[in-house]
Amino acid sequence: MLPKSQSAEVRPLSSNSEITTPVVDTAREELLVAIKSSLGDAVVDSHLKPGDDIWIRVRNDAWQTSIKKLRDINSFDYFCFLSAIDWMPSPYGRGEDDPTEPAPQRDMTIRSGYAGGETRMQVLVRIVNSKTHIGLNVKADVADATPTIDSLITVFAGANWHEREAHEMFGIEFAGHPDLRKMYLPVDFEGHPMRKDFPLLARMVKPWPGIVDVEPLPGGDDSGDSSDGDAS
Amino acid sequence: MLGDRQQLSYIAAQAADARLNLELETEGMTLNIGPQHPATHGTLRIIARLDGEQVVWAEPACGYMHRGYEKLAEVRTFPQVTTLVNRIDWLGSFANEVPFILAAEKLMGVEAPTRAQYIRTILFELSRIANVSLFLGDLGVQLGAITPVFLAFRDREYVLNLIESATGGRFHPNFDRIGGLKDDLPAGWIDETRAVMKKLRNFCDQIEDLLFGNEIFQSRTRGIGVIPRDVALQYGLSGANLRASGVDWDLRRDQSLPMMWNKADWKVWTHPDGDSFARCWIRLQETRESTKIVDQLLGSIPAGPVMAKVPKIIKVPEGEAWVSTENPLGEMGYYVVSRGDLGPFRVKIRSASFNNISITPWLLRGVYVPDIVTILASLYFILGDIDR
Repeated sequence: MLPKSQSAEVRPLSSNSEITTPVVDTAREELLVAIKSSLGDAVVDSHLKPGDDIWIRVRNDAWQTSIKKLRDINSFDYFCFLSAIDWMPSPYGRGEDDPTEPAPQRDMTIRSGYAGGETRMQVLVRIVNSKTHIGLNVKADVADATPTIDSLITVFAGANWHEREAHEMFGIEFAGHPDLRKMYLPVDFEGHPMRKDFPLLARMVKPWPGIVDVEPLPGGDDSGDSSDGDAS
Repeated sequence: MLGDRQQLSYIAAQAADARLNLELETEGMTLNIGPQHPATHGTLRIIARLDGEQVVWAEPACGYMHRGYEKLAEVRTFPQVTTLVNRIDWLGSFANEVPFILAAEKLMGVEAPTRAQYIRTILFELSRIANVSLFLGDLGVQLGAITPVFLAFRDREYVLNLIESATGGRFHPNFDRIGGLKDDLPAGWIDETRAVMKKLRNFCDQIEDLLFGNEIFQSRTRGIGVIPRDVALQYGLSGANLRASGVDWDLRRDQSLPMMWNKADWKVWTHPDGDSFARCWIRLQETRESTKIVDQLLGSIPAGPVMAKVPKIIKVPEGEAWVSTENPLGEMGYYVVSRGDLGPFRVKIRSASFNNISITPWLLRGVYVPDIVTILASLYFILGDIDR
């Protein structure tokens, strides 16, 4: 058996000689130019990580036509997934606050990710060219008050369930979607669980034991069920 | 769009077929399949509106196993997330960990040592074999053949024993770490794995003789549930379901990841038919190819550490990363957004079965009731992979 050794060095991601990540990714750069020329002024912003991925942000009103153009002109014919991102930091942190202490002050400024953004929530779709296997992440801003965007169901039939899920979890309205029923949750469920201001109730009703061990060990302490609630 | 047109012509053909049976027309009924049904691999419920023996409209009802992993991941640290993602596709658990870990490593700019990459790839393929061999056995049961499932459970056990002896967990290894693996391989594991791979190839031959050569099996699967190429791409099908529709695309071959698939000589199988038989056949061939990959990689595992030097408390730099791998069920990917914190800001889990099953309302229209089970079996889904 080979000996186990603990010494190792941190290597950059591209150090594997077989898989070299070029600093200049001409294929993706050319593709980005082609995308910009086919979409015109619909592209608000773009971001390119050489050897990794492309992100573009399109105008909300040009969402459906842009994806259609990308499918037909730039042959991104494979629908990978559609989802949304809520960029607001969670007011509950990671649910590890000590309930006996006053809530800590948190930085609540909204910072968007790659390709920028002006709104709290963004819709994200990933489409791939099935020939070259190069993927593209397309984002679009959705208005804060009434997050609405056109449905992609006529462009990619597979967007159907993804939009239902995004509608249920983020409360985004997909205009033109015929059937925005709930996917997972009960029909009378209120709220949109994946929004950052929706608390993770499991962490609210009982403090997370990972930060402070509040659970008494079984048989270790006979009292201690006065303040913790469910010590049964 | 070609897909829409094809869909319309398909519906028209089915309607014409139904008109021929006008004298036999019966009043419609709603058939509820599941949530507890052997063909549902968990708790998928299919509501089918029938006209006689024909499905007019069918729709899966998901959510019986929704566990909200995307939300739970937001309150966990990066190393803690692997415990969750283990339970998405519970038959190929180790394969679920890999893309998430790779995404975190990509954001951190860390790469696992070569030895760890080899062992990762081997364990990844072992979980594929454990997963797909159950499919091959289960397939028979769903079509009325009992024997294959016994063979599958017998031989799958060897693979699970291997996974257990290497990782400590039969179903949920939780073995992958950011920067490498938890541990090295135990002594004698490599020889044992070689012997098991031989047994598994034997198992594939047996299944091929017993099942795929069987006339009843062929008549139940050939031409049933045909998915054309464009429809498969539109719905985002992946894995064997996509390759069975003639799309030559395997993420193990077609993207560069710090994994070792490119060190082995193996073949990506495609099938032009797109029917249930093609999907099953592709999976059988894939199991064979996986045993070949494992065999070849076992011979060339280099010596060295299995863990790169990563800090004890892992903070992942700010950024967004998408990594997907060719999992037993298809393309499994994670879109990870990090804010330079201990835990991920957002994790979008793109699971294969969600897309693969979203095609069923389209696919089940017009089929006969026994074919529902055939089609669902051949699409091959795990409920945990749909609901997450």
